[in-house]
Amino acid sequence: MHSIWIVSRRELSAYFTSPLAYIFIVIFLALAGGLTFFFGAWLDRGQADLQVFFIYHPYLYLFLIPAVGMRLWAEERKSGTIEFLLTLPVSTGQIVLGKFLAAWIFAGIALALTFPMWLTVNYLGAPDNGIILAAYIGSWLVAGGFLALSSCVSAMTKNQVVAFVLASAVCFVFMMSGVEIIQSFFRAWTPQVFVESVAELSFLTNFTEIARGVLDIRDIVFFLSVIGVALFVNTAIVEAKKGV
Amino acid sequence: MTKLLDIKGLTKRFGPITAVDDVSFSVDRGEVLGFLGPNGAGKSTTMKIVTGFLSPTEGSVEVCGHDVAREPMAIKRRIGYLPEGAPLYGDMTPMALLQFVCKLRRLSADDTRRGIEYAVEKLHISNVLYQPIETLSKGYKRRVGLAQAIVHDPEVLILDEPTDGLDPNQKHEVRELLTEMAGKKAVIISTHILEEVEAVCSRAIIIAKGKLVADQDPLTLQSRSRLHNAIGIRLPMAQVEACTAVLNGLEQVTAVQTSAQVRDTVELLAVSANGLEILDPVRAAIDAKGIHVNEIFVERGRLEDVFRDLTFEVEGLKARPIVGSEVGNA
Repeated sequence: MHSIWIVSRRELSAYFTSPLAYIFIVIFLALAGGLTFFFGAWLDRGQADLQVFFIYHPYLYLFLIPAVGMRLWAEERKSGTIEFLLTLPVSTGQIVLGKFLAAWIFAGIALALTFPMWLTVNYLGAPDNGIILAAYIGSWLVAGGFLALSSCVSAMTKNQVVAFVLASAVCFVFMMSGVEIIQSFFRAWTPQVFVESVAELSFLTNFTEIARGVLDIRDIVFFLSVIGVALFVNTAIVEAKKGV
Repeated sequence: MTKLLDIKGLTKRFGPITAVDDVSFSVDRGEVLGFLGPNGAGKSTTMKIVTGFLSPTEGSVEVCGHDVAREPMAIKRRIGYLPEGAPLYGDMTPMALLQFVCKLRRLSADDTRRGIEYAVEKLHISNVLYQPIETLSKGYKRRVGLAQAIVHDPEVLILDEPTDGLDPNQKHEVRELLTEMAGKKAVIISTHILEEVEAVCSRAIIIAKGKLVADQDPLTLQSRSRLHNAIGIRLPMAQVEACTAVLNGLEQVTAVQTSAQVRDTVELLAVSANGLEILDPVRAAIDAKGIHVNEIFVERGRLEDVFRDLTFEVEGLKARPIVGSEVGNA
């Protein structure tokens, strides 16, 4: 646990020594706010809630989270520092977890910086803050799921751009698997059970409930499982790709 | 002496390619082992396996009695490693990097302070401690890489081309550091610089195409040179013909070569038959003919020649002719 935290701290400080962190935060805040006000017509709705704010998060994460996750392993492999890191007395699993946690904490910081939205809605009306908290947690879980997938993809390549594009694609499939286009694609040639299980994997389906304030334990378990499986695969990929 | 590193039958295959082929050797405390071989011979792969980065296809590696496959953590704690090219996190400062390494190595606060002080002093990096590593020169980066390898006072030190990119003064300092640390540790360095082997190594291993082709101390290795105990004679141009005739007349001399020519001074090299000492008969023969020479010396043999001969054979290339042009009697 101690080692995981040391790796995490180093990663996190690496984010903030590069301009990436600041660019990411600024763009995330601007887009999250812009979408809420203009597309979501938040003020015109006349409702004291943040539903239209949260509803756009998965779409924002679709390309912003791969941008955070793409460097996790690709950069390490490209510069050769992976050899330095993996020959220190720390296991691959610990490093995978440490790196993921750093990125997830970073995403959490960006998300927490949207607090003016919460202040505003409380100033304008009397929202149910429990629902808002649940939605924040849900949003962070979605970010975590995307991050774990991105980290996994990042371990497959030395090229950050490839990692970014691939990770976005993988995240898209996971997000949209409940949507009709993807469903009909699978329905044509796979049994109904499979189509339904694919739908169950949808981030969007699982998140929509949370965004409405229904933080079901099953949704939490779902996202944590996705993260767990992705990081497990991530570890296996790092191990397998070491010599290449 | 205790064996700190013991490698038995080590083989590593990447798909159809065999990078390391049944290599066995051990290193005792106090030894500095020079690891030589052409590029792609398997030096770095061997080092990566010993340090626990890659796993062997076959064979075993033991460091301080721990098996690398079963107890990778125990091994990683005891080894200091400088990977090829000294890859480091460019965004960190040397100080932050050293602290990061000490924390992951679970050093106490005292050991961390002492370790960092020692490494910083030995490698002369105190003036760049707080600059991002990516802004440092190649030489400084290499020295920071060396610092992180010795900061925990490891029992086994594995350095992949430690002096690559350093200027002659820095090379000299690193060699002194290696010699100084050698007594308490087992050190392995890979290098292309053969003079480095002569300067710091107590033993040299040559591998080619993944196979071990030599494992000896540098002097013995030198004596395998075809030029071992050859007699070098520097003399004026006018005397060359007479001298060559005299040397060719000696049964102990198998060949006479011109190895260098500076203006009207020529250097001849009389190759000794079977590498035996032939200084006395050569000198006697030259004196008898009254040939004037400027200088006469005994060639100990050239590591470079031995290296080339040994690795050329394995790599399936034709053995290269020895230095210079042959002058008769070849």
